[in-house]
Amino acid sequence: MNKPVETELTQRLTQQFSPQVLQVENESHRHSVPPGSETHFKVVLVCDQFEGLRQVQRHQKIYQALASLMPSPVHALALHTFAPSEWKEQPEVPASPNCMGGSKHDKRDHA
Amino acid sequence: MDVIETIKQQLSQNPIILYMKGSPNAPQCGFSARTVQALMACGEKFAYVNILEHPEIRESLKTYSNWPTFPQLYVRGELVGGCDIVTEMYEKGELQSLVKDAVAQ
Repeated sequence: MNKPVETELTQRLTQQFSPQVLQVENESHRHSVPPGSETHFKVVLVCDQFEGLRQVQRHQKIYQALASLMPSPVHALALHTFAPSEWKEQPEVPASPNCMGGSKHDKRDHA
Repeated sequence: MDVIETIKQQLSQNPIILYMKGSPNAPQCGFSARTVQALMACGEKFAYVNILEHPEIRESLKTYSNWPTFPQLYVRGELVGGCDIVTEMYEKGELQSLVKDAVAQ
């Protein structure tokens, strides 16, 4: 199956962060978008760069790397970021929330 | 008033403020719903802005904070994060103390 956005996300994150763990999951099917959409993603990223950074700073780095992809085509991005030492202790990631229909009248930017 | 000035004023006048889609009682997005739920569970008063009703704030805030999505929670003028961070902090008990300290100050 053709997944241009997911491929682009994966490539950029790989280049930027040289991650030890990278999971990119398309969660678009859980939201009010057409089948096959690539709008809502969940990313789990473990890399050395995150050591010593607060969560907010880690997310800002990711948003920076993906700037031209947001808010379109990527509308929502659930981020779970770990330094390698944290990942060893607790490699568990919570599930993302389901849609509440807001995007029927609003097509942009949440997470 | 300039939009950035409005944002700065909101941040300085409200120790806890959530920029979200919808309102706390009627969130318009699952991410906003989850965030507001965690915040309400902390038991302190907070301000909110429904960014669906304020498109100019919505656009400016993204640049101001270097954060492209909503919700965005600010405590004492500083960006705490979006849904993932706020939820995680709540589960660790960190959000409760952050919020209580902000109100106590």
